[in-house]
Amino acid sequence: MNGRGWAARTAAILVPIALAFAVAIVLLQLGGAPPLEALGLLWDGSVGSGAKVADTLAAWVPLTLAAAGLVVTFAAGLWNIGIEGQIVAGAIAATWVAREAPGPTPVLIPLMLLAGVIGGTLWALLAGVLKTRGGVNEIFGGLGLDFVASGLVIYLIIGPWKRAGIASTSGTDLFRNEAWLPTAGVNNVPAIAIGLTVAAVILVYLLMRGTRFGLRMKAVGRNARSAHLMGIPTERYTLGAFALCGGLAGLAGAIQVSSAFHKLVPSVSGGYGFLGILVVLLAAFRAAWIAPIALFFAAVAVGSTQLSLRLNLDSSLGGVLQGVLVLLVILAGGWQARRSRRARVDPTSREEP
Amino acid sequence: MEATLATIVATASPLVYAAIGETITEKAGVVNLSLEGTMRLAAMTGFAVSIATHSALLGFLAAMGVGALIATIVAFASIELRLNQIAVGFVLTLLAIELSSFLGDPYVGRRGAGVPSMPIPLLSEIPFLGGVLFEHNLSVYGSYLVILGAYLFIFKSRRGLEMQGVGERPEAAFARGIPVNRLRYLYTIVGGALAGIGGAAFSLYVQLGWREGLTAKNYGWIALAIVIFGGWNPIRVAFGAYLFGVLQWAALQLQPVFPSEAQILALLPFPLMIFALVLVFLSSRQDLAGRHPVLRRFLSAEPPSALGTAFHRE
Repeated sequence: MNGRGWAARTAAILVPIALAFAVAIVLLQLGGAPPLEALGLLWDGSVGSGAKVADTLAAWVPLTLAAAGLVVTFAAGLWNIGIEGQIVAGAIAATWVAREAPGPTPVLIPLMLLAGVIGGTLWALLAGVLKTRGGVNEIFGGLGLDFVASGLVIYLIIGPWKRAGIASTSGTDLFRNEAWLPTAGVNNVPAIAIGLTVAAVILVYLLMRGTRFGLRMKAVGRNARSAHLMGIPTERYTLGAFALCGGLAGLAGAIQVSSAFHKLVPSVSGGYGFLGILVVLLAAFRAAWIAPIALFFAAVAVGSTQLSLRLNLDSSLGGVLQGVLVLLVILAGGWQARRSRRARVDPTSREEP
Repeated sequence: MEATLATIVATASPLVYAAIGETITEKAGVVNLSLEGTMRLAAMTGFAVSIATHSALLGFLAAMGVGALIATIVAFASIELRLNQIAVGFVLTLLAIELSSFLGDPYVGRRGAGVPSMPIPLLSEIPFLGGVLFEHNLSVYGSYLVILGAYLFIFKSRRGLEMQGVGERPEAAFARGIPVNRLRYLYTIVGGALAGIGGAAFSLYVQLGWREGLTAKNYGWIALAIVIFGGWNPIRVAFGAYLFGVLQWAALQLQPVFPSEAQILALLPFPLMIFALVLVFLSSRQDLAGRHPVLRRFLSAEPPSALGTAFHRE
């Protein structure tokens, strides 16, 4: 019985992965590209060399930070679609510090990261207040704030923070060297960023697992009404979840400008917020699974840029692969739950072992 | 003035299709959150098929097929598997957007024939109104029929009452012999097909062509917000779609005044429309309602009670 359960669970993960790759192969055939060569490029482009591994890790950082924050908002029963705007807000705040604050790297970098956390937190609290006081579902409040954030970043780039002489949407001037997050080794591995990300994941894991705060947060997420009746201040927990997630998203934004771009660009969020939602769904909302799944997603995302360079294919294949995988895993989970429901309701329908 | 209103009516027609489609889906108790992805994949498919077959009609049909297919997945996941509709819809959104980029790559920048304008004889002769409403293409005329048809169906027909029962109190509807889940499949698929038309309307006449990452971008999210703004009533939903058209027109007018902020002005209507939901919420609260009964009647909104929940008889 236990063995069958384990086998079924393994199958529920392996079958969707195989199917997702099958879909990718079919799409590659349709696109007139050699599937095996393309999958090989996906591999080479993500983990094929030290430089590529560094690229993958650089993508893993913001994705994992976003996903770690989303574990908290999901636990509180919130769909924080506004996370993209929170990443942007963090990036804007960090850029402001980089432009205005004096000082050497050991002073400037902590200030930038702190500003990013604060920027993301405040932006997330806006979505929270819109929900608790304005009656706007967090999905729509978050979307609206995403639009505002992307408008704001474009305004800053072509307006007050435009490059000397030319107004271009390609981004601001590069930061001065003191505002670049230090990296390690010849391949520029973002070691500090990785350290912060690992710390964030552990923090969220411990918070959700072992603290009163985490347990109450989950209670609010399961059933806000009964949590309220039990005396839990639900609004405070809702806002707290938003603030925590926004803080981590803002940190991701600050790292993006100080480590990945060294300037503020319009697409600074890189879609990592929405991708983070997929990671958390695939991880079934468990913090422990975030890091490895985000690593796989980052590898696919970085690897698929090779497809457009070498095979002239659209790099969105990586996104298709990720989307199909998450969809199939969710559907497979639903299918298994349905089978066990049926087995409970009608014992005679259970298959013979 | 006449030309301006005519433009607004035409550019708002895709939103009308999508928002009315979602209204139908949600009235039956299902949330299809995938509209953003549905519309963009449908826009790409409609454009590609119209180029391959030289037929805008086939393009629209293919787009409807895409919308119906995605809606079928949503319905299956929520009805048979009782999965979270928001989760499934969100994943489908991202997946469909990526698919539209990947499959649409060869069609970027291609020229399409578009949909021919077809003024309606006699009606287009009416002073003012004729020019505003009746000098468009068939798809725009279809959007009027969809508004009127959805309103009459939902509120004035027996089937429409059944459908509201399915969305409000599925247990009671089931007890009366109404096949709750079968109807939910039906209305989710119909709603998805309408959203598909909305997507194709972009690539086939509103923003003729396919530009990945641009065509129909963000309109699916706005359609979802408009359904709430419109309080699940097709007439008010249509009003919301036209209001959004007016906002976009106004933003366009301001561009010469603030030339360097043109890109930001184009974005502005999207958050404005979403934050209008605060008004809807505040006006449905008791204190305000007492003072402004007219405002309340116009703005208040109650979602179908069983929205987003799975129905199963135990």
